[in-house]
Amino acid sequence: MSIFQYNGSAVVAMVGKNCFAIASDRRLGVQLQTIATDFQRISKIHDHLFIGLSGLATDVQTLEGYQRLVFRHKLYQLREERDMKPETFASLVSAILYEKRFGPYLCQPVIAGLGEDDKPFICTMDSIGAKELAKDFVVSGTASESLYGASEAMYKPDMEADELFETISQALLSSVDRDCLSGWGGHVYVVTPNEIKERILKGRMD
Amino acid sequence: MECVFGLVGNGFAIVAADTSAVHSILVHKNNEDKIMVLDSHKLIAASGEPGDRVQFTEYVQKNVSLYQFRNGIPLTTAAAANFTRGELATALRKNPYSVNILMAGYDKEAGASLYYIDYIATLHKVDKGAFGYGSYFSLSTMDRHYRSDMSVEEAIELVDKCILEIRSRLVIAPPNFVIKIVDKDGAREHAWRQSVQDVTTASV
Repeated sequence: MSIFQYNGSAVVAMVGKNCFAIASDRRLGVQLQTIATDFQRISKIHDHLFIGLSGLATDVQTLEGYQRLVFRHKLYQLREERDMKPETFASLVSAILYEKRFGPYLCQPVIAGLGEDDKPFICTMDSIGAKELAKDFVVSGTASESLYGASEAMYKPDMEADELFETISQALLSSVDRDCLSGWGGHVYVVTPNEIKERILKGRMD
Repeated sequence: MECVFGLVGNGFAIVAADTSAVHSILVHKNNEDKIMVLDSHKLIAASGEPGDRVQFTEYVQKNVSLYQFRNGIPLTTAAAANFTRGELATALRKNPYSVNILMAGYDKEAGASLYYIDYIATLHKVDKGAFGYGSYFSLSTMDRHYRSDMSVEEAIELVDKCILEIRSRLVIAPPNFVIKIVDKDGAREHAWRQSVQDVTTASV
């Protein structure tokens, strides 16, 4: 089993009309054994910028919760007295990951944010920081192949926040149901210029 | 075949660990205490490579004491767990410690808590956790019988059910277990469950 599949994960982000949604599963496993069903994979960097990390849980925690990303953004906020733009943050994450080119963090980030003029921005990258910009959706994790299929089928451009929530939730749940390493519910953030709606999904709990 | 498991009850947390010190096919001793008292209100139950287990848990214990000396107040359980995770994470890509840890603690504000920290520094706050081959039996037993506000007696009953399951279903099951508890009155040893006592030749 590859080290990327050690803990199991699924993350997806989609673009809507002046809004975006980012969702992840909630399972924390150790290969076949489930340890917890409330693992946080998505972190808020600032009100209009979220990052979800799939892959090895320890590296997810090192990057997201603890050091590296939230810390670096806080320093940026102190120096620049403003929030980071999503494109800038994506470049920062890419640089941080490439620093460890020959001993990488074993994660694949999904970054979603509202940029200038509240234009939604999403991107993903591999574990050494190769950015992939997209106009519609990005996926990562052990369920990524199912997520690609489900998102491609369900996605429409310019969806409003409520429809986007429905779409991303259905895409996530149907994909993780086909992957034994991810699932146990979902965690969805739908972000518009004025508010962040956080919702927990209850899917097949197995 | 080291078995460590624990759960959180109503204002307390309980951890149990087996007490065999094994080297290949030889059992060195049957009463090795693998649950270290970190400070007055914290326990650390560790399983894994014996040298790493002792070295790393002692290192954490000394650093927790040092914090208290320097700052005059003890660390919270969450802070101690995050410190432990940080040390494991830093060592992970240099000279990793092969130690799995369940950290149980009681704080006035947060109440009783249990943290699962595995050897690659994955940290998670849990209501019940287990490591080792015994986890396949103890986690399932706890999933079936656990409720979120168990009394000490009910929790001990559940721990005994888990020990019984491990003893009857694990092929080289450890014979003895130690159970420690942490609540508002502190961290202390609660009971031993022994089916084999250490015997010296003199007494035979």
